[in-house]
Amino acid sequence: MMLDTAVDFMQVVDWSRAQFAMTAIYHWLFVPLTLGLGFIIAFMETAYYRTGDEFWKRTTKFWMRLFGINFAIGVATGIILEFEFGTNWSNYSHFVGDIFGAPLAVEGIMAFFMESTFIAVMFFGWNKVSKGFHLTATWLTAIGANLSALWILVANGWMQYPVGMTFNLETARNEMTSFWDVLLSPVALNKFFHTVTSAYVLAAVFVVGVSAWFLLKKREQLMARKSMIIASVFGLVSACAAAFSGDRSGVVIAEVQPMKLAAMEALYDGEESAGLTVFGVLKPAEERTGNDEAFYFRFEIPKLLSLMSYRQADAYVAGINDLVNGNPNQGLMSAQEKMDRGRVAIEQLARYRQAKKENDAATMKEVAALFSPDTPQGREFLKNYFRYFGYGYLSSPQDIVPNVSLVFYSFRVMVAAGVFFLFLFAMNLWLLWKRREERYRPWLYVLLWSIPLAYLASQAGWIVAEVGRQPWTIQDLLPTVAAVSRIDSTSVMVTFFIFVALFTTLLIAELMIMTKQIQIGPKNE
Amino acid sequence: MTTYVLLQHYWWFIISLLGAILVFLLFVQGGQGLLYTVGKTPQERNMIVNALGRKWEFTFTTLVTFGGAFFASFPLFYSTSFGGAFYVWMAILLVFVIQAVAYEYRRKPHNFIGERTYDIFLMINGVAGAFLLGVAVGTFFTGANFTVNQLNLANVGGDTTISQWTTPWRGLEALADYRNVMLGLSVLFLSRVLAVQYFMNTIDDKSIAGRSRRHLWFNAVPFVICFVVFLVSLMLSEGWAVNPDSGTISLEKYKYFHNLTAMPVVAGLLLAGILAVLAGIVLGLTNRGGRSIWFSGAGTVATVLALLLLAGYNNTAYYPSLADMQSSLTIYNSSSSEFTLKTMSVISVLIPFVIAYIWYAWRSMNRVKITREEMVSDDHLY
Repeated sequence: MMLDTAVDFMQVVDWSRAQFAMTAIYHWLFVPLTLGLGFIIAFMETAYYRTGDEFWKRTTKFWMRLFGINFAIGVATGIILEFEFGTNWSNYSHFVGDIFGAPLAVEGIMAFFMESTFIAVMFFGWNKVSKGFHLTATWLTAIGANLSALWILVANGWMQYPVGMTFNLETARNEMTSFWDVLLSPVALNKFFHTVTSAYVLAAVFVVGVSAWFLLKKREQLMARKSMIIASVFGLVSACAAAFSGDRSGVVIAEVQPMKLAAMEALYDGEESAGLTVFGVLKPAEERTGNDEAFYFRFEIPKLLSLMSYRQADAYVAGINDLVNGNPNQGLMSAQEKMDRGRVAIEQLARYRQAKKENDAATMKEVAALFSPDTPQGREFLKNYFRYFGYGYLSSPQDIVPNVSLVFYSFRVMVAAGVFFLFLFAMNLWLLWKRREERYRPWLYVLLWSIPLAYLASQAGWIVAEVGRQPWTIQDLLPTVAAVSRIDSTSVMVTFFIFVALFTTLLIAELMIMTKQIQIGPKNE
Repeated sequence: MTTYVLLQHYWWFIISLLGAILVFLLFVQGGQGLLYTVGKTPQERNMIVNALGRKWEFTFTTLVTFGGAFFASFPLFYSTSFGGAFYVWMAILLVFVIQAVAYEYRRKPHNFIGERTYDIFLMINGVAGAFLLGVAVGTFFTGANFTVNQLNLANVGGDTTISQWTTPWRGLEALADYRNVMLGLSVLFLSRVLAVQYFMNTIDDKSIAGRSRRHLWFNAVPFVICFVVFLVSLMLSEGWAVNPDSGTISLEKYKYFHNLTAMPVVAGLLLAGILAVLAGIVLGLTNRGGRSIWFSGAGTVATVLALLLLAGYNNTAYYPSLADMQSSLTIYNSSSSEFTLKTMSVISVLIPFVIAYIWYAWRSMNRVKITREEMVSDDHLY
């Protein structure tokens, strides 16, 4: 009976993870296009506002139609994510709701209302409001969408690097002590810039690819060329910014999530002057015990990983085995030691609970002093024990290792695609400048078929970010096993399949409608 | 009153206001439920969908913001109710997911599942969305089956879940309490009352106006009956009172009636709200029905605001636990920390600005009524 319950509990953790991952993946299929296309439309409408040329109005309206189709399903898939924090991760909601909830609320008040108010004006206001007001509405829709991204990414960044809070023993939760630390944490800022700029790249690839289709069909060639120019410039600038913020992210990850970095590189044994694996094929997980056994083959650039992670070519980069087993020479504590320390912190929490039940004021005071940053013993305890609180829930040191293959390959897909898109936009601008675009039909096909690659890269980026930080919902403080709601696994499984079926149906509908609307093309007034 | 207690009251007020605005905006759901009742031809249905389609995102966004603000200000409710009443909240989410795409996709060529399916999505959302939200809010007064122990986190190797639901029905048991059902039906019929008033205000069409007026009758009568049953039963029922000093919770007879007498401003708001809704209904039945939405809308906001204040103010547990009375949630034991509430209060200064631009945009868009001619234009249509 006990075993059945334990098995069901592990299943509910897995099914809840699957449900969250599935809804996040579906949601992220639509969000990046919204984030980037909103600005591209705003650029086009600005051209219309400034020139009064009906060509720009017609062009704006065409892309706006595609924006609307994409936006609707983005909204549909988004609502469930917010509420899943409560439905599937109730302990998480309590443990960090005091901090995590605030960005979500600000997102609703500041961003969602802006977006939803002005999108109605943008779609339906052409003949109802002035040109200036309409243009303002279009810009505010784009800004609103990006503001909403800011707040949710601040929340996500905080999960990867919890700062600006303290643990309240009485309420058994973390409480915010500095809003600015949460908002301006290096992880949050990098995450925001990297995510939105990569979303702009995706939107730019989409516009360039669809425009290439029009050129291949020899239809709407002027619209296609001008759309391509705007999108290529936007895409090139965004791809450079994404590369820069991605590089910064590497430095931050090395500092705050070394296991994620080790998984991204499939680096099992830490080393000085570590090289960056450009490409490699991993052996099956059970055969990988050290760096030498990890790959069938790989192509490596010497010292680059150390340089990119720590800005020093000879810096030491910790490997998976170092982080699991510890490495005293490098000052790395073993996962087992962290688990033991985490359990000490949890035991103190249990002690407090017992003392509270027995009205034992002296013990309560003693434990409270341990959790207080204002006492010397508190500072010591928080630094050496509470910071490993989440490790106390793990059953084995190996639990801290994420799915290495998935993270390793996803990272390479993301980076390779990012480099390719830099080349794609630069090349495309050169061809547009030389007016040779239409002569190179294979190139137009490359542009067209880059659209799915952009989506793949975008999803791969999130897989690196989220799978790479497993098993943590809050880095080092709360693993998934302690964050999940107590629901029977069948219930979560049933809702998982219901939403898979629904989202897949809606995705097919979206793709069919979108392709048809592209075929129809811009409409004449 | 300490600053912290003041902030807890302030944020319960904001949550209540958002909830009140949400119920008003459910006229979108009400209208969807009446799609094939008020709209007899495809063109009429298109006019209805386009009238509602320009507002559906407000409702949706208010729901999302209501959830986000609840999470931020009273996270223990979020973790207890959403993680516990799993089936109810998942059902609510499901019906809102299908709504979001239906407007944009229903008349687009190659939409895979056909216009009729999307219209059915709208109707399911229109009926089930409003009803289930009403039932869920009903549990603010009638309670739910849960226990809360924050220190369960210390049960390593055991059950670490802080909030636990004690029935296998996962929230569906709320349907067994007639008061929840009455509130659910009240919200459903009120949303339909508001919807037909909105049609009279926004759509310039005699057939739709005539049918709207007729359906105002059909929905106003059951609304008034259900609401009166709910309100009377609420005034006569026991409530969960909290001792603000010790935090101990106890049952109190006629608690909500006592709350009314203890808070005359709230009582006045409730009375004014009910009268405004009734005045709107009466006005809607006359030839000047176009303006009736403003009376009923304002009345709805006032009534729901007053009801939610009754649930949380005057030392009342707003989410009573039927399984363990001392686990009941109050604005004191379930709120965020003082620092977080203070921070969010600074941000909430933006709310009047947000309401102002929504109002401006709404007025700009509603200056021109929806006509049959517009339905054949080439502009963005649902």
